[in-house]
Amino acid sequence: MKLIRNQQVADDDYIKLDDAAPLPASGIIIVSLARWRAEKDALKKRGQVGVQIPPALEVGELKDDLPFLACIELTFVFIKPKPEGGLSFDGRAYTQARLLRDRYAYKGELRAVGDIFRDTIFAMHRCGINVIEPKAGLDPQDALNAFKDFSLAYQTAADRQPSIFRRRIA
Amino acid sequence: MYRYDNYDKQLVNERVAQFRDQTRRYLAGELNGDEFRALRLRNGLYVQRFAPMLRISIPYGLLNSKQVRMLAHIARTYDKGYGHFTTRQNIQFNWPKLETVPDILADLASVEMHAIQTSGNCVRNITTDHLAGVAKDELVDPRPYCEITRQWSSFHPEFNFLPRKFKIAFSATQHERAALLTHDIGVRIVKNPAGELGYTMYVGGGLGRTPIIGQKIRDFLPELDLLSYLEAILRVYNRLGRRDNIHKARIKILVKDQGVPKFTELIEAEWAQIKNDPNLKLRREDLAHFQKFFRPHTYDKAAGAEIHAQNPSANPAFATWVQRNTWEHRVPGYRAAFVSLKPRSGVPGDCTAEQMDALAGLADRYSFGEIRTTHDQNLLLGDVKQADLHALWQALKPLGLATPNIGMLTDLICCPGLDFCSLANAGSIGIAQELSERYDNLDYLYDLGEIKIKMSGCMNGCGHHSVGHIGVLGVDKEGEEWYQLTLGGSAANDARLGDRIGPSLSRAKVVDAIAALIETYVEQRQEDERFIDTYRRVGIEPYKARVYAEELESA
Repeated sequence: MKLIRNQQVADDDYIKLDDAAPLPASGIIIVSLARWRAEKDALKKRGQVGVQIPPALEVGELKDDLPFLACIELTFVFIKPKPEGGLSFDGRAYTQARLLRDRYAYKGELRAVGDIFRDTIFAMHRCGINVIEPKAGLDPQDALNAFKDFSLAYQTAADRQPSIFRRRIA
Repeated sequence: MYRYDNYDKQLVNERVAQFRDQTRRYLAGELNGDEFRALRLRNGLYVQRFAPMLRISIPYGLLNSKQVRMLAHIARTYDKGYGHFTTRQNIQFNWPKLETVPDILADLASVEMHAIQTSGNCVRNITTDHLAGVAKDELVDPRPYCEITRQWSSFHPEFNFLPRKFKIAFSATQHERAALLTHDIGVRIVKNPAGELGYTMYVGGGLGRTPIIGQKIRDFLPELDLLSYLEAILRVYNRLGRRDNIHKARIKILVKDQGVPKFTELIEAEWAQIKNDPNLKLRREDLAHFQKFFRPHTYDKAAGAEIHAQNPSANPAFATWVQRNTWEHRVPGYRAAFVSLKPRSGVPGDCTAEQMDALAGLADRYSFGEIRTTHDQNLLLGDVKQADLHALWQALKPLGLATPNIGMLTDLICCPGLDFCSLANAGSIGIAQELSERYDNLDYLYDLGEIKIKMSGCMNGCGHHSVGHIGVLGVDKEGEEWYQLTLGGSAANDARLGDRIGPSLSRAKVVDAIAALIETYVEQRQEDERFIDTYRRVGIEPYKARVYAEELESA
């Protein structure tokens, strides 16, 4: 599978591991949060491990684990709120990304998965997500255009570009 | 007023290009319906009963004449020749074609306007007192703070997909005119005992299905800490706000579920982590940069002496208009002049392209080229020389914009209702028209005094019915339009929600029922007591008895 890593199309060379599957001898693996919690010592010892977290997780819980994690997988999905009407895009993982980068200084990969369409990518990039797994049917080459959506921003975010406030008055 | 620099221009132009491409991809089948919906909404584009509806942002209700002319152009070129001013100081067009929306946005960008975040689950237009900058009881002009907040909240990468819409209002006066306590965040600009400027913060106000009055969570926030505190509130809300049910997704429900003390603790804990972030801390030079756009106009120092050039009492109709539709201004010899968008039989808030063009000319001539929108769906020329009022009145009259009813019963607000909106259960425009016809005797209207009627066609409460002195809510009863009446609401300093008077009423009975409420007031009032004060004194029973008299008799 192709994905976007650091604004370029790249091969997905990580292995997503089922909870029951044995640990492969080599390669970077991504495990569920449950497995990470259950087998933390063994996984730390093996190294080259990432964890997939749900949008509801308060990422401060992972604070002490961060040095051992090569990758954290964040989930963005459309949800269907009650009682009726259209789908709503769940933006909680934008906050998770910013906290991981800005508050906890996480240096590994932040990977976005889920219902990712082109127009959600620019803000992901700004929040510090550097690997994007496009949804089925989205051409990664085409999705690269998302990085050109805006050349300026009013806020400083995890991408550390100077805000317009700072550009106006240094 | 604020003028775009090259940064603002570039961003807005990039947004137009982005939306043009999104529309193209949607029409080409590259974006699915749910994806495009999430995108078009944040550009103000709804799909309504008959056509898309485009909502255009008017930041804190301030327009210049060039922008008003552009709105007239849009009304003529892309719509049916009129627009509709809303309770959030914006304007809506009800008949544009989807394919033309990118062109409309490009036209808007050419006059420093946009439709960014006028809908969708994101931070909406920042609103404030329509008298900002001219009000006598104002501590400081709130608009520089509004503009700073507008910029900070525009395309904020973390808060693009909140649980639900998010509305922020500012006020800097003792007598509150911005309905702070009905907003997700209400910011009151205050001074502390040491004489330093800052903010009292209110969170969790909102109308709609579960109307709640905002709660104070901080007495005093230092002036330079505005953005870090807003960021803390938004972050806690983005993390913890409910997403499983749209009726429970506003921040008011989070505040209610957590309780004010716990909620406040969450905000303060988050804020403690970011309050010293240099990227969020405002600097004195930032404030100065924004303040310079809102310096007082060059007022005519002699204006105070010219007041008696015409004797208003010579023309009673003019004197009435001055009394009802103009407001005191902090500079001697000037008044703020309301432009009533509530003519007899009209649709509250509607304005034609011809009226807009004419108003732009009047603004240039009499009010430093600026026009304001109010959250009561009227317009305002903020800085008119008293000596020019007569000429202004004469110009407004033939345009149908001089109905002397500001603050009166017929200055009611209502949502578009079933006539346009796909969410509505019932019509509201028809009732507004019927009321304006029934109460067109000005002397009687003035005798009744200040009565705020607010009507919504459904629970979402766009017409703010919960805080009307008289609230009218459209409900669906087996496919028929029925109406629930409430009494005693207020969005001012004494903000509170109205009380339900009883079972809902049919369309045929609702206007008579409102009339019964008015009659009860007239019978019960003491001297110059206002409608709302009489209600507070005597309680709901006499009103209830009168409205349901027929039912009680037949029972």
